[in-house]
Amino acid sequence: MAHLDLSQVGISFTRAGKTTEVLRDVNLKIAKGEFVSIIGHSGCGKSTVLNIVAGLLKASTGVVLLDGKEVSSPGPERAVVFQNHSLLPWLTVRENVALAVDKVLARTKSRAERAAWIEHNLALVNMMHAADKRPNEISGGMKQRVGIARALAMEPTVLLMDEPFGALDALTRAHLQDQLMEIQVRLKNTVIMITHDVDEAVLLSDRIVMMTNGPSATIGEVLTVPMSRPRKRLELVEDKDYVHCRAEVLEFLYARHARPALAA
Amino acid sequence: MASPATLAGKVSLGTSGRDAAGIKARSLLRISGKGLSRLAAQILPPLVVLTAFLLFWEVACSRPGAGLPAPSRVFSEAWPIISDPFFDNGGTDKGLFWHIIASLQRVALGFALATIAGILLGTLVGQSEWAMRGLDPIFQVLRTIPPLAWLPLSLAAFRDGQPSAIFVIFITSIWPIIINTAVGIRNIPQDYRNVAAVVRLNPVEFFVKIMLPSAAPYIFTGLRIGVGLSWLAIVAAEMLIGGVGIGFFIWDAWNSSHISEIIVALVYVGVIGFILDRVVAGLGRLVTRGTSAA
Repeated sequence: MAHLDLSQVGISFTRAGKTTEVLRDVNLKIAKGEFVSIIGHSGCGKSTVLNIVAGLLKASTGVVLLDGKEVSSPGPERAVVFQNHSLLPWLTVRENVALAVDKVLARTKSRAERAAWIEHNLALVNMMHAADKRPNEISGGMKQRVGIARALAMEPTVLLMDEPFGALDALTRAHLQDQLMEIQVRLKNTVIMITHDVDEAVLLSDRIVMMTNGPSATIGEVLTVPMSRPRKRLELVEDKDYVHCRAEVLEFLYARHARPALAA
Repeated sequence: MASPATLAGKVSLGTSGRDAAGIKARSLLRISGKGLSRLAAQILPPLVVLTAFLLFWEVACSRPGAGLPAPSRVFSEAWPIISDPFFDNGGTDKGLFWHIIASLQRVALGFALATIAGILLGTLVGQSEWAMRGLDPIFQVLRTIPPLAWLPLSLAAFRDGQPSAIFVIFITSIWPIIINTAVGIRNIPQDYRNVAAVVRLNPVEFFVKIMLPSAAPYIFTGLRIGVGLSWLAIVAAEMLIGGVGIGFFIWDAWNSSHISEIIVALVYVGVIGFILDRVVAGLGRLVTRGTSAA
């Protein structure tokens, strides 16, 4: 049985009496510890897939099973790293992580254990130095690191990342991708990441799910990324498999499923 | 003419140590001079206007048969209540301080009740589409009723002046608190709601940890308007209910034709109202440090 199982998932939105089918027949099985990226043009509904798995949106058809149980509402076992970090601006970095930890792990950890766990997760993303700063006092990359720490601190079974590095500059993005890979080597989380960056998808994923264009978007193709881990950014540039995977994804996105002119 | 700086430069050509010290001292002077002139720019205009106003008033009211006393007469006539605001001869014959305190107590109580009820009702209206459709039209009508129009009704209900006055404060200040809180709640970003949903905050935790801090800037706007309205209403209400209070003091002075005392009391009312406004605004800035800067 797959760890996470999406079968026949579809969703339609009705606005002003007009119903639009955004997703249709999304089928995906993800194994424990697997890192899966979902890539597609903007507006294709890839974030919608993530929100359905998170429980923030309800699928109109089909079902999402996590360890055999149906997903019906949001929960910390499916922690989300939001696109725009979503830190609460009136709390410090530490308090933002604490809000999640103190709620989610209230039953399983003592107060002292929770405090130590908060520090541990801040250290994991190298944010100890700014633990007492508020979100508006730190950079975009730092905010996203705190968002990742908050999600990891919930001890999720599946970590959901919605274009986590999309709003960052290229250098910061590369730096955070490396950090994420390091963390991933240690924690071996099951991860679903939404992205529109081909290099990011190939670098980080075990499999890349490529979505067709909407409306009624669905999974077009799934590509297995064979390179062994740990992966090194610089060594990969000339790696045969890397180049091949990259070409495959590019081919899918720009030759076979080029973004329709309307959706620009 | 040479500027002081070049002069100083020529004089101290050979003595560089003293020169440096001199420059330091001068720049210090210049900074404090700048600060002084900025302070003067702040204080001078209101001072000039106030003096001109008092002069005009003095001249206009000095002729015999003038309806109102001139400032100099106000000062000499009302000197007993200006010099000693703390006397207490029993009953309602007390110093201005005690009247102000009595009024502030009523405002504090009525405003505190309005704050609690207003934030709760505002949250309900902001959170629930149904509650908004049901309550908003009623609120929009009720909030236009002048404060004093509530007084006879509350006197009939409470049969006592004290709770009636507090009710008038309550009903006057609650509307801006409700309306602003509702707007604040409606403007909570979906992101914060998503975070709360993923963490699975229960409704009480969501209210305390997300809603209140997120809507705080709006809530404080409502509180600031509310406290101003309270102060407006209390003076009028006290004129009617009697007892100790600044409103009653003014009405009592009018009945005894002590016009000068009325003028002194008005100055007090204005200054206290100003302070109340600033206190709530300051409190708001303190509480919403993080939120408003986001």
